[in-house]
Amino acid sequence: MAANPLSEIRNYTMNFGPQHPAAHGVLRLVLEMDGEVIQKADPHIGLLHRGTEKLAESKPFNQSIGYMDRLDYVSMMCNEHAYVLAIERLLGIEPPERAQYIRVMFDEITRILNHLMWLGSHGLDIGAMTVFLLAFKQREELMDVYEAVSGTRMHATYYRPGGVYRDLPDSMPKYQVTRWHSEKDVARMNAARAGTLLDFIQAFTEQFPAAIDDYEALLTDNRIWKQRTVNIGVVTPERAMQLGFSGPMLRGSGVVWDLRKKQPYEVYARMDFDIPVGVNGDCYDRYLVRVEEMRQSNRIIRQCVEWLRAHPGPVMIDDRKVRPPRREHMKEDMESLIHHFKFFTEGYEVPEGETYAAIEAPKGEFGVYLVSDGANKPYRLKCRAPGFAHLAALEEMCKGHMLADVVAVIGTQDIVFGEIDR
Amino acid sequence: MSEAIEALAAKVDAQLGTSVRRIPAPAHELAYETDAAALLGVCRTLRDQEELRFQMLMDLAGIDYLNYGRSDWETESATRSGFSRARLAQNAAPDALAPGRFAVVYQLLSVAHNQRLRLRVRCPDTAEPSVDSVIEVWAGANWFEREAFDLFGIVFRGHPDLRRILTDYGFIGHPFRKDFPLAGNVEVQYDPDRQRVVYRPVSITPRVLVPKVIRHDHRYMPGLRDPQVPR
Repeated sequence: MAANPLSEIRNYTMNFGPQHPAAHGVLRLVLEMDGEVIQKADPHIGLLHRGTEKLAESKPFNQSIGYMDRLDYVSMMCNEHAYVLAIERLLGIEPPERAQYIRVMFDEITRILNHLMWLGSHGLDIGAMTVFLLAFKQREELMDVYEAVSGTRMHATYYRPGGVYRDLPDSMPKYQVTRWHSEKDVARMNAARAGTLLDFIQAFTEQFPAAIDDYEALLTDNRIWKQRTVNIGVVTPERAMQLGFSGPMLRGSGVVWDLRKKQPYEVYARMDFDIPVGVNGDCYDRYLVRVEEMRQSNRIIRQCVEWLRAHPGPVMIDDRKVRPPRREHMKEDMESLIHHFKFFTEGYEVPEGETYAAIEAPKGEFGVYLVSDGANKPYRLKCRAPGFAHLAALEEMCKGHMLADVVAVIGTQDIVFGEIDR
Repeated sequence: MSEAIEALAAKVDAQLGTSVRRIPAPAHELAYETDAAALLGVCRTLRDQEELRFQMLMDLAGIDYLNYGRSDWETESATRSGFSRARLAQNAAPDALAPGRFAVVYQLLSVAHNQRLRLRVRCPDTAEPSVDSVIEVWAGANWFEREAFDLFGIVFRGHPDLRRILTDYGFIGHPFRKDFPLAGNVEVQYDPDRQRVVYRPVSITPRVLVPKVIRHDHRYMPGLRDPQVPR
């Protein structure tokens, strides 16, 4: 048996995560290695399983919007969007035009938020520290936009069936003078915050392309970056479709597919933007696709800002079944008070039926399959998380690569456990 | 758009004939139901037929129809399911073994023709629900089927690696079944004596968030309901 000492070197099994900084949350990988080469990779998921879908079955429709933010917790409003869209389809209502533009604008802001987070952490995972710091600087501005419109930096709960919660604010919150920030500092920090939220967003879109140029200067032609990403995790277009890939993972393989263009929802049909597509289907192409998507999102945001400036109007459908009464009415009017109470305790009843509403979330197709039996709560809610299908293909993408490349593949899949474990 | 749906429906009917039945869906969506025995043949036709070309399986969901259309108006005392459901009361207790309780729903997408289709199949046997695995038709079904097995206990025949995926190692039961309590059956706690995490029966008391009084509203009594008012 032990004649040849070399034959004693055998595959061994290694545990990766769940507490590993490159595991993007709580991924536990059981890797079977031959030396440093991956033979098998078995992801163990579910460590963040909260039963969101089961919880939603026990609550009126509107009370689950907040759960949606917490699925993919770096593209919050996009998750809400799919859920709200599914309810609207069953109710047969359509939000006012201004609300649709606001939703499109925030979907794209969310896409930039997500891609900045992805770029920073992907860079950090495979050895580029600076991008992380630069990306988070821009991300902070967009977080302020979230805060100005919804009151929270992340879990906004801003979209509602029939529109959005409230109109865009006329002013941005400003920094105050403190012991650490002098008047001069504060004046500089508040320079872009003098006007409305739209002014602030416009100022952001004007400087953002230059920021993307900075990231690209650091990465696109960087020798180390290319060594870590080119020809790593190659997926052919046929295989990508077989495996149910979507979003940048599918486009990186060269499939021209974007729900915003192919099955436009809200007002995407009126937007002027391009769909970047990869050629080789490796990590580097997916990086290029995502960076270009940020530029295109920036373009869409500009178009939305322009339209929103010129077209004030309602942001919520005037249907008393799905919107609460106005606060002023509630204080004076008995019926409005009752309505308010009933709306927030019992909610509204959604007609019997089932629907599948899908949107182009930053990570791919985020779909919500909603079954209603006519009650005030969903009968069954199933969230189709793009990352779930991507992570299922991890073994296929990693096989034959080195251990260090597993990190690059996890990064390129843009894994977030909130949506995978649900 | 609805012409496109009807055109697609005509193609599906022409290709699959009586093995599928159209089921209601909102405008711009198309849904079919098929029998468990015919599932694999139907899926292959949907994928390979030139006019259909559903190359992608976007989603696979299990459903438990146990309480479908039923109320749970038990708000006089706390219930384990939390909120009451605004459905008319039906007195007959649901039959947990009635056939067709479990179903699997497939969301298909054709990138080539830019069209979607939803396919539903009911599991014939409720005591041991099972359908054929579609993993050889769409490789992406792998984890989705594991999830439906984990959460609903639906067995996918022919799946190479049907393990639990979302729940804990050694979990007992199928949590998304309607007869599984929302708060669960067990909770974990650190036991300092044994110096490890142990399971024990769940200690959370169920909460009802709906005020109790409104449940006596006569509008909800079948005999007193105004038939003119649509609900």
